[in-house]
Amino acid sequence: MSEALKNFGVVKAEEMVLNMGPQHPSTHGVLRLRIRTDGEIVSHIEPHIGYLHRCFEKHCENVTYPQVIPYTDRCDYLASMNNNHVYAMAVEKLMDIELPERVEYIRVIVAELQRIASHLMALGAMGLDLGGVTPITWTFRDRERILDLFEYTCGARLLYNYIWIGGLSHDLPPKFVQYANEFLDYFEKQIVEYDRILTYNKIFVERTADVGVLPVDVAISYGCSGPVLRGSGVNWDLRKNEPYSIYDRFEWEAAVGKGEVGTLGDCWDRYWVRVEEMRQSVRIVRQALAQLPKEGDVHAAIPKKIRPPKGEIYFRAENPKGDLGFYIISDGSPVPYRLKMRSSTFCNLSVLNEIARGWMISDVVAILGSLDIVLGEIDR
Amino acid sequence: MELAEIITRVNTAVPGAIVPTEDDAGFIQVEPKHWLKVAQLLKDDPELRFDSLMCITGVDEGPEGRLWAAYNLHSMELLHKLEVRIFVNRKNGSIPSVANLWRTADWHEREAYDLIGIKFKGHPDFRRILLPYDWEGHPLRKDFETPDYYRGMPVPKDKRGWE
Repeated sequence: MSEALKNFGVVKAEEMVLNMGPQHPSTHGVLRLRIRTDGEIVSHIEPHIGYLHRCFEKHCENVTYPQVIPYTDRCDYLASMNNNHVYAMAVEKLMDIELPERVEYIRVIVAELQRIASHLMALGAMGLDLGGVTPITWTFRDRERILDLFEYTCGARLLYNYIWIGGLSHDLPPKFVQYANEFLDYFEKQIVEYDRILTYNKIFVERTADVGVLPVDVAISYGCSGPVLRGSGVNWDLRKNEPYSIYDRFEWEAAVGKGEVGTLGDCWDRYWVRVEEMRQSVRIVRQALAQLPKEGDVHAAIPKKIRPPKGEIYFRAENPKGDLGFYIISDGSPVPYRLKMRSSTFCNLSVLNEIARGWMISDVVAILGSLDIVLGEIDR
Repeated sequence: MELAEIITRVNTAVPGAIVPTEDDAGFIQVEPKHWLKVAQLLKDDPELRFDSLMCITGVDEGPEGRLWAAYNLHSMELLHKLEVRIFVNRKNGSIPSVANLWRTADWHEREAYDLIGIKFKGHPDFRRILLPYDWEGHPLRKDFETPDYYRGMPVPKDKRGWE
């Protein structure tokens, strides 16, 4: 028996070990899965992570609080705005900073647009995993328009460093409200198109309905959050349940899976929650754009010296992929003493073995797609 | 439930488990040897029902200090929160694993071991998670020094031109 097999444990006569990744088109990054299979049925999955580990937490102990923001960009690089937002809110809470109204509104607008962009990526990639090549070209086309809006706002298309502690790097450019509204008008019709090509597509439904059912107690025990938890029918959205920023001022509903085409908590439900969430995000952005205060200096509340008082804080908020938490320990210096990022997809991925056991190898691809992982955030 | 009530409840069920801290500390400090009992109580007691473990953070106090782990608990049913801290000796201390109570703890404990070097006794699959299996040392410790070589490859330490 080779050394590698010894480490993996006992292999039964009929069982085979299959390596999926780290370079595999449907692992969404450098993820390696060691799958123990019985024929084509999966009996155990062991995710091997860490290929993208860039020492985020160690870096944070060596840079000042504002310098951490670009690092948070690079964690979940599909939702950089939301990462910025959560980190900035955590430090602001530690320092007790009051924000101007306009800053709060702009933050919500960009965070919700980013949520749509992140979900578009999830939708397209999941369709691609299951053999539908067209949807990803459509979702990328529309995601591109959001990135254009962000480029117009802050100059960057992927890693923004836009939301700063106590404010924003730039105010919104002229005509942003008009462009954003034009995008929303266009995008609302596109969601209907996605429903036609993917959501209710017969092949897609066959591949995802009843597959990889995640029971509620397992989801909570594994710390699943975001669309993965809501796909199992739990009405838990931090924007509603623990309102932060100004989310309590808008009218919208948390998207919760209903088991429409199969069992509650299957891959299709997790997928559908994302589609529904895009609709709700459109609603939020529309209201925020309408209520956006005309006046307000986005640099007004940025402290000259960022030295949070001694203490700790655990702050979490709803990212597109789930709860993102920051545990920050401050010793009163301009550099964090310890900064821990509780990443949502780290927990969401850990449930994979639990729900993929007993399914075919091809279903593992569907389940992985429905979990919507980003290795940048898992490995940090 | 308020923190003071939680402390009284835990103290009656498991006497001597909680190490007294300042009144406004905002967390409870538990002795490692009692942690498993306390954890079971926190999870199962109908008044507490902490069914979700949000995060485990490993912290190093520096070369002279201790290591500690912060457990951030939340109850999805009763909507209250709690932070539990467990301090261990830097050299040979270990914390009982709660990976079988809250499955979140499985990977988080492995991460805390990997980066900080806290040992968790009774963990079902205890090994490194983010770093390579043959990595030496725990990088998030304050006294960690970058090795000169990794697998025969020199590690660049001269950072001129980088900054």
